[in-house]
Amino acid sequence: MIANDRRLDRRLAMRVLLDRRDDLLLVTGLGSTTWDAAAVGDDPRNFYLWGAMGAAALVGLGLAIAQPARRVLVVTGDGEMLMGLGGLATIAVQRPPNLAIAVFDNAHYGETGMQPSHTEAGVDLVAVARACGIHETFEISDELGLRDFAARVHKSATTLFARVAIRADEPPRVLPPRDGVYLKNRFRHALGLEP
Amino acid sequence: MQRRATLSERAASPSTDWRDDIFAVLKAAEVAQVGYVPDAGHARLIELVRADDTIHAVPLTTEEEGIALAGGAWLGGQRCALLMQSSGVGNCINMLSLAKSCRFPLVILVTMRGEWREFNPWQAPMGRNTAAALELMEVRVYRVETASEAADTVAAAFDFAYASDQAVAVLFAQRLIGAKRWVK
Repeated sequence: MIANDRRLDRRLAMRVLLDRRDDLLLVTGLGSTTWDAAAVGDDPRNFYLWGAMGAAALVGLGLAIAQPARRVLVVTGDGEMLMGLGGLATIAVQRPPNLAIAVFDNAHYGETGMQPSHTEAGVDLVAVARACGIHETFEISDELGLRDFAARVHKSATTLFARVAIRADEPPRVLPPRDGVYLKNRFRHALGLEP
Repeated sequence: MQRRATLSERAASPSTDWRDDIFAVLKAAEVAQVGYVPDAGHARLIELVRADDTIHAVPLTTEEEGIALAGGAWLGGQRCALLMQSSGVGNCINMLSLAKSCRFPLVILVTMRGEWREFNPWQAPMGRNTAAALELMEVRVYRVETASEAADTVAAAFDFAYASDQAVAVLFAQRLIGAKRWVK
């Protein structure tokens, strides 16, 4: 880690997003964003992806359409988002007002040995989202900006997309439950749905 | 949620077009989201879905997005159907691990290419291996060869998928759909 790196700490970033969570539903992507959510605190309203790389945003889309009265936040990494870039076009066609996507971008694939990702070479995820037709986008590099975004997640009238610049470090892993059926059933139970 | 009568019991009486029959089954199954990629074989069904106010029609850029969409829909309590072509099944393999790991109910309606009077040789590899690819990921495979069995087979797929948390694909034979006309 570079000593004067002022980019956000990923664990702090997740804490800020979930600070005043209310009834927010959370979907996290394969890898570090799942550990980040677990570090803030396991919750039945968290749906962690332990695989299916590239799925996070689309799981969020299906959920947001199905639960129009609830807010849905997807938090995933740059690598996971890059694997499903076409999904941003699919989401832009729907643009449910209750969906927000935050990409924690450390420009690296943290889970596989910190290889540089395409964003490190300049691929601009916010520009991609905008070009797809997601008009409310945010380039976030500090806590103030993140707190503003976190507030918007609860009251937005359209789909939001944020790139959150975070440091490329690896805080200790905090592992949530990883049985998919358990995660599904407790999530549905939290929404009052039968298993 | 109350247990509803099986779709087979409630299947609509066959109309003139088997595609319309399938749409009636989707309605009876209370499908609220349909993920699809453009497809000539499903064109009529896509048109009906897009015209229906109670179904969210979700065009996908690639088929595996639909597996994730369907998972999210079910997390939120809605039923989803996916429409794709045989070639698209190959794009879904790893994403099917989501349905398997979480035991999400899943219904995929697949129009077949590359198996009957196919003009385009590039369709042949996935056409030959569509069912095997699905079975490799433990997706149950039903086949529809004739128009008269379309509605009942799709209804059975929904009943099985949503009563027993199964992933089920229904393959519609290219012989039924008709070969694509390349030269008019």
